[in-house]
Amino acid sequence: MTVRIRTGSLIRRALFGLLVTGIVLFATFPLYYAVITSFKSGAALFRVDYLPRAIDWQNYIDVFREQPFGRNILNSVVVATTVVAAGLLLSLTAAYALARQRFRGRRLLLLTLLAVTMFPQVAVLSGLFELVRAFGLYNRLSSLGLSYMLFTLPFSVWILTTFLRELPRELEEAAIMDGASPLTILLRVFAPLMGPAVVTTVLLAFIAAWNEFLFALTFTLTSEQRTVPVAIALISGASQHELPWGQIMAASVVVTVPLVLLVLVFQRRIIAGLAAGAVKG
Amino acid sequence: MILVLAVVAGWPLLRTIWFGFTDAHLANPGGAVWVGWDNYLRHEEDAWRGLLADPLWWRAVGNTLVFTLISVSLETLLGLVIALVLNASFALRGWVRAAVLVPWAIPTIVSAQMWSWILNDQFGMLNDLLLRLGMIAEPLAWTADPSLALLSVILVDVWKTTPFMALLILAALQMLPRDCYDAARVDGVGPVRTFFHITLPLISPALLVAVVFRALDALRVFDLIYVLTPNSAQTMSMSVYARQQLVDFQSVGAGSAAATMLFFVVATCIAVFLVAFRGRLEPGANG
Repeated sequence: MTVRIRTGSLIRRALFGLLVTGIVLFATFPLYYAVITSFKSGAALFRVDYLPRAIDWQNYIDVFREQPFGRNILNSVVVATTVVAAGLLLSLTAAYALARQRFRGRRLLLLTLLAVTMFPQVAVLSGLFELVRAFGLYNRLSSLGLSYMLFTLPFSVWILTTFLRELPRELEEAAIMDGASPLTILLRVFAPLMGPAVVTTVLLAFIAAWNEFLFALTFTLTSEQRTVPVAIALISGASQHELPWGQIMAASVVVTVPLVLLVLVFQRRIIAGLAAGAVKG
Repeated sequence: MILVLAVVAGWPLLRTIWFGFTDAHLANPGGAVWVGWDNYLRHEEDAWRGLLADPLWWRAVGNTLVFTLISVSLETLLGLVIALVLNASFALRGWVRAAVLVPWAIPTIVSAQMWSWILNDQFGMLNDLLLRLGMIAEPLAWTADPSLALLSVILVDVWKTTPFMALLILAALQMLPRDCYDAARVDGVGPVRTFFHITLPLISPALLVAVVFRALDALRVFDLIYVLTPNSAQTMSMSVYARQQLVDFQSVGAGSAAATMLFFVVATCIAVFLVAFRGRLEPGANG
């Protein structure tokens, strides 16, 4: 009897272990494969290897020398940072109003925000394109800075509002009693408490802006103005029909590794943010 | 905030809808002339023309719906399995959760490129693996073969977004009260029945919200398809169709009409969803 139970649980544990291994392999294998491909060049590139054989940095050198990839990374950093900074300022003040002040249409405004989060970007493409042209921003990074507000603002406001509502009202009442203005309350009372929510919002907004493709593809023309996703999508080699796979993989690894590390370091905050954005929403 | 949103969302949306009724051209959208419903449907030289008579558009609609339906179902199922695994306690659990998050962290474009290399018909790893295992007799053109292309797109999307599902479901699982499970164990209820009678009903509201979010996201799919299977009618989604009309064919009118249609499809879904969940949509109201 006891032996049977023990073998039963052993099998169950082995199956569970197998399932976990399968999940981990499925999740991480493509990145691993991209990394080992990026270290191969020449004929080795076209031979399938499951384990790394040699480490050759040539693709990494090439992608920065033959493509304006350094410039592309800089573009992405500039755009994403600007969007995050401007978006945070706007969404903090808006979230404060939505969470604390009572006014007509507050609920409607919140629902509109939620709806805009799920907006298909292509629906505003032609209108936005016209606007970008009219402002003279075509093929400039500022066109992206402006258009990314479309998707970063709504969810930033939503997450921050969710968080602000959970803070105790007494804090604010005490500050009002002491004669503090709404702005002082926001900056001196709430800002220090909101560290975690702000970190979450900044991370999610940064990732969204960093990854955006449709607007970046449409509003830029020259390769010097491209952001990282567009550059990686449109990398081309010496001839039209031969894609430089080694360089593509090297570029992919360069932009992915920092992002993966960032996400892993802040995984708890990100999960909390996603849950606030979706499960509660 | 409202002003900025009005500039980047409200106004362009209205302009797009308006462009849908004009013959606007990309080079000179200002000189557009009102053409009524012509972009949608018109009778010309004994044939129906326009968006609603374009088989390619209906193909794109079909592709988008098939893509959304299959990929969201698979993601929900896999996400549920992964979430249940992560909810159990075992050694290295933190590491496994970190590994599961990796695909979510990778930009869509990058994952599309990584997978198009793995799926490459001549030098790809997947063909090599399947050949070695004897599961296929000759290499398959995963992204070029009309019967496989949509499947490939779904595979990559499932890979990319299952973590999102898994994490949302995990968050819901971790909020479940323990006493129900203790009671079930005392009563000798098996794990399968526990799952279907306790776990599933308790997490179903969260599950439903996650599914709706993913479905709305899948309906507007663009970048994955654009990179993985460029210029393929077999996988073209509604967003890809709209952008192709708009930028590649320079036809702002037709492209805007398609974009407007997509917008109303998504808007209808959002409206249904908002009405159905009206009571719960107050941020922070339900903790």
